[in-house]
Amino acid sequence: MNIFKILQDIEKTDAEVYDRLSSRRKAMSSFGSMGKKVALAAVPLAMGSMFKKAYGQSTNSVLDVLNYALTLEYLEYNFYDQALKSSGLNLGANRDFFTEVRNNELAHVNFLKAAISGAGGTPVSEPTFDFSANNTFSDWNTNLQTFLALSQAFEDTGVRAYKGQATNLVSNSDVLTAALQIHSVEARHAAVVRRIRGLKGWITNDERGAGMPSQTQAVYDGEAQTTQAGINVPQISGISAAGVSESFDEPLDMATVNSIAGLFIKK
Amino acid sequence: MTKQSKPVENGEGLSKHLQSPMQRRTFFRYASASAAAATILLTTSCDDDDDDMTPPTSGVDLGSGDSGILNYAYALEQLEAAFYTAVVAQSGSALTTAEMQVMMDLKNHEVAHREFFKAALGQKAIPALEVNFSSINFNDKNSVLQTARTFENLGVAAYNGAGKLFTDTGVGLDYLVLAGKIVSVEARHAAAIDDMISGGNRFGEEFIDSNGLDRALMPADVLSAAAPFISTKINFSNLPK
Repeated sequence: MNIFKILQDIEKTDAEVYDRLSSRRKAMSSFGSMGKKVALAAVPLAMGSMFKKAYGQSTNSVLDVLNYALTLEYLEYNFYDQALKSSGLNLGANRDFFTEVRNNELAHVNFLKAAISGAGGTPVSEPTFDFSANNTFSDWNTNLQTFLALSQAFEDTGVRAYKGQATNLVSNSDVLTAALQIHSVEARHAAVVRRIRGLKGWITNDERGAGMPSQTQAVYDGEAQTTQAGINVPQISGISAAGVSESFDEPLDMATVNSIAGLFIKK
Repeated sequence: MTKQSKPVENGEGLSKHLQSPMQRRTFFRYASASAAAATILLTTSCDDDDDDMTPPTSGVDLGSGDSGILNYAYALEQLEAAFYTAVVAQSGSALTTAEMQVMMDLKNHEVAHREFFKAALGQKAIPALEVNFSSINFNDKNSVLQTARTFENLGVAAYNGAGKLFTDTGVGLDYLVLAGKIVSVEARHAAAIDDMISGGNRFGEEFIDSNGLDRALMPADVLSAAAPFISTKINFSNLPK
């Protein structure tokens, strides 16, 4: 990929592109410094965020977002389905709950596949999962605590993932509304799993919560925000920073979610 | 290529945006829609014996466009905040310590939401609404929890339905994200309340359809469900449709 060529092409179409980006030099230097940190494969992603900055639009099409959501739903569905079928996992009184959750996730899978096909797209194929994440969580389907911790991580990730894509769906009101309707179901799941684990149903600051493996911290990074739309909410409301952080769930971008989910997908 | 409006990347100056000329343009866009909507509402409104119903063009006006939707959310957050404030003040003997802890959290969250919307709306904010909790027995656990259940599930459906009503460029995108940040917290509340009521990990399954989708309701339905708890009449006829 030749970034200079692409920028030249954009220049021909839109002479003001550098005003939008502040300057060409700055655009290039951001790429330069980025190059030290990210692999070449991530450059298209960086281009995407640059265009978003320049034009206030996302390069993610609605179909891309739906397929991204489908991958996450495949992950959740398979996680619960395999756990429910694992003879070594004693879910006890929670079996009914996780059966309901599994059924919701399967419904999401089928709904998204139909939505993608209906819009003329091709649903991504179902990945093969490794919920041990290369033996990081090797007892995930025999140890209830490990299973519950991963469940919490997946549900809290799901909430952030859908939230992060809402603005990429505004061109289609029906899809946007459906995504919001799935988003709140994931939040319901998350709250109850957290309560089963003895936590509050909501996320305090950016805490992953007692008993959560340190590898799940990426799910909670960035959740401690207390300034919303430029308003310092603790200051104007008199509610503590911890309470305010609980009151607003934060979105997560596609790249971060993919890096979390990618740990559980066989390459 | 025409210049497109830039997004407000960090959301700063939200209230300034609400006062901006863009918003006036938005207002005119919706003003023409409101007349037709008012007609529909008038033809579908009250039974003869229902003198509680007021023509939708009177009462506190939520306004139009994005700020109208924010006022709609502000109205619902006022209702929830007032409810949990009353629960925390009055229901101590009816609830266990653990249940009261949840209610205190919910009160804090809803007050934070309410004050956030008030600040974001600035001059456009509707006044404080008068609530009517005469049907709630704050000394009865069941009455308190069932009311909480009603409010939380209504809140989830309201935000889910309102997402598509924001303008789909510029600052409207920021509002959509903000509504998203709040609706998942309302959904967490709804599930926690159901979990408490059932004592058995329920999460409001009856609000989820066979496609695994939560409810999404439009303002007319939401405000009609909330009306028994709000004395102040609300005019929502200028909201985006």
